[in-house]
Amino acid sequence: MRNENSSHQGGSFYQRDRNWHPPAFTPEYKTSVLRSPKNALLSLGNTLSEMTGPVFGHNMLGTLDNDLILNYAKTAEPIGPRIIVHGQVLDEDARPVRGALVEFWQANAGGRYRHKKETYLAAIDPNFGGCGRTITDDEGRYWFRTIKPGPYPWPNGVNDWRPAHIHFSIFGQAFAQRLITQMYFEGDPMIWQCPIVMGIPSREAVERLVAALDREATLPMDTMAYKFDIVLRGRRSTLFENRMEGN
Amino acid sequence: MVQSLRRLRESPSQTAGPYVHIGATPNFSGIEGVYPHDLGSQPLSPEVKGERIVVTGRIFDGSGTPIKDALIEIWQADALGLYPGQGERRGEADPHFPGWFRQPVDGTTGVYRFETIKPGVVPYFDGRAMAPHITFWIVARGINIGLHTRLYFGDEEAANMADPILGRIEHRVRVPTLIAARTDEDGMPTYTFDIRLQGENETVFFDI
Repeated sequence: MRNENSSHQGGSFYQRDRNWHPPAFTPEYKTSVLRSPKNALLSLGNTLSEMTGPVFGHNMLGTLDNDLILNYAKTAEPIGPRIIVHGQVLDEDARPVRGALVEFWQANAGGRYRHKKETYLAAIDPNFGGCGRTITDDEGRYWFRTIKPGPYPWPNGVNDWRPAHIHFSIFGQAFAQRLITQMYFEGDPMIWQCPIVMGIPSREAVERLVAALDREATLPMDTMAYKFDIVLRGRRSTLFENRMEGN
Repeated sequence: MVQSLRRLRESPSQTAGPYVHIGATPNFSGIEGVYPHDLGSQPLSPEVKGERIVVTGRIFDGSGTPIKDALIEIWQADALGLYPGQGERRGEADPHFPGWFRQPVDGTTGVYRFETIKPGVVPYFDGRAMAPHITFWIVARGINIGLHTRLYFGDEEAANMADPILGRIEHRVRVPTLIAARTDEDGMPTYTFDIRLQGENETVFFDI
């Protein structure tokens, strides 16, 4: 019972809706063709190995971990539109997920990643690393400051471009909730032309990944804001489960 | 019309992409000075109880080519079969053992390597023993949603025979895809667990 980070404990997680997520095989996203299992997944359900998970304490965080404007700045601040990204990590029953480690990474304002395999012409920004992390508070809230990433071309089709996006990695209360996804920006027409995004079967699901411009969270004359809520799998209450072990 | 259940939907997954290392293992990717070390890469402390082992292997795509841009996370019980972190109600796990590790595959060879301990036995929900195992979670460019699988130990034949998960695999020819053979490398027990995303001997992946 130690280290628990939610008052709602113990039960198995709701089945993941595989028709809501992108399937493994999305041929318009060419790399998926040879990296997608062809056999059906084996339904395992949840055992203790999936209903447990690591805990990350706030004491592991550096003071600039959630500030991508300053955490790699060498001689000046990075170039680009200054933004705050904030939101709440919730489960499917809208309960806050507190103590969740949220990691994020992104290209710079020109659409260039700081990575040796990246070949896009756009310039590296000497003051921008492109990674950060934070841990949600008791209400499941998180926030970080960064510059708005640019779109960039990628070798899929001969002229495919990724919409501006920020990658997110989220640890919930158990390994069953582990999730990596991407955040897009309200109003970007390129979202709907992207083979990676369009692997998601429904428009409704894609919209869950589009952060809203949040004028009320904007700092006037300073920083724009976007709100991006993240939903992890919900879980049953042990009150309704009859398991000898595992809850 | 009926009342609404008022549930939310899980955020859809998206691929971790080719630059997952920037976010997950920035020091490995050459971005130094932001974090003191890459999360999940710390060596085991000498206080950890249990048999030291190495787990290594490669991930192959459907053409048989090792992939060189994947990220692997593993999650496992301690030597007595107790999980650290959260969700464990049976007792206190080894306080020195994190249970969770993260490593990129090598950018040239595609080889991954974890130094950990052999986990103990964890009960299935009906109380039967699950054979010692390590949960693997694999993300990479071209993988739209993280893949879950398990490593079982080749020198645990009797436990593997009785394992309720392995027992549920209808196509018995696929069971060996989850079993890592043991060798000794410089006196260190080493388990080799190759993962095949597609094609001949495709690894069993789980919907959990």
